[in-house]
Amino acid sequence: MSENKEIEIMQSVYDKNDQVAAKIKASLTENGIFAVNVMGAPGAGKTTSLIQLIKRLQEVTAYVIEGDIEADFDTKTLQSLGVKAIQINTGGACHLDSPLIGQAVEDLHISNGVLFIENIGNLVCPAEFMIGEHAKMLISTVTEGSDKPYKYPLAFEKADIILLNKCDLLPYVDFDEDFFMKGVRALNKTAPVIKVSGKTGEGYEKAAEWIMEKIKKQQ
Amino acid sequence: MHEYPITRRIIEIAGEYAKDNGASEVKVINLVVGDYCGYVASSIELYFELIAEGTPCEHAKLHIERVVPKLRCTGCGQLFVRKPFTFECPLCKGEGTPTEIGQEFYIKSIEVQDLNKP
Repeated sequence: MSENKEIEIMQSVYDKNDQVAAKIKASLTENGIFAVNVMGAPGAGKTTSLIQLIKRLQEVTAYVIEGDIEADFDTKTLQSLGVKAIQINTGGACHLDSPLIGQAVEDLHISNGVLFIENIGNLVCPAEFMIGEHAKMLISTVTEGSDKPYKYPLAFEKADIILLNKCDLLPYVDFDEDFFMKGVRALNKTAPVIKVSGKTGEGYEKAAEWIMEKIKKQQ
Repeated sequence: MHEYPITRRIIEIAGEYAKDNGASEVKVINLVVGDYCGYVASSIELYFELIAEGTPCEHAKLHIERVVPKLRCTGCGQLFVRKPFTFECPLCKGEGTPTEIGQEFYIKSIEVQDLNKP
């Protein structure tokens, strides 16, 4: 006979991260900030897309928190363009979590505007952690291939808006748009999918409008 | 690699509950891990012994219940396990959408010595 007694817990192990995330979100909302968690594989064009978007969001102040395992190239690029950006180096961790963002938000002293939080280039872990964002933006590319929703379902499921980048390369790659969209829509019925090109700037107008609408709704 | 901090958190939570219940040692931790939760059960097991050393969980058995993700068909409502590269329902060929099944990640319970038993 067992001499053990069972103590029911039923507690999520994410609890700490999620509690901090909820606090950050509330504080950002209070300060008039609309926060976007930017996710995508390494080289998908996350920083390039942010530059294209910020150019088209002149009505509001844009802030960026750059997450990378190492280095600060992207932050320097953004700063050279006059964007208020700070760098977080995770030193190996594959995603940003909310305690890291909480500190960065404090350091940035921000109010009234849009905050882009560029997550670590990774199509897996960033989708699993709330970091205080109001919306998740996924940047996928035609060069990654049309099977990505089937291989990395969570990122596509959680996204509020999806940019399909590098569309200028469509004539040169075997990207099956119908197969891609079928996968996206099985996972996510509502997120707009916008074809963009970081190279030519095509499509970002529409993405910027989506963000502006969200900002206005929050105000 | 993010299993390390989360394993530490599991040990922390289990220890807190044991203490609140007057137990000095955790015998069993019952953890539920969905295959889509983002944490790899085998990695948690790998770190567990290492982190548990010197804590009330040091001799605890980590019991992990894994949950296979299921989709729900938008046509017939059937829950099903998806095949690679498709979200199609095996019964009616309708389209499946994600459910919460498979995204679980929680401590169900712990077991401690029952002091009321001889």
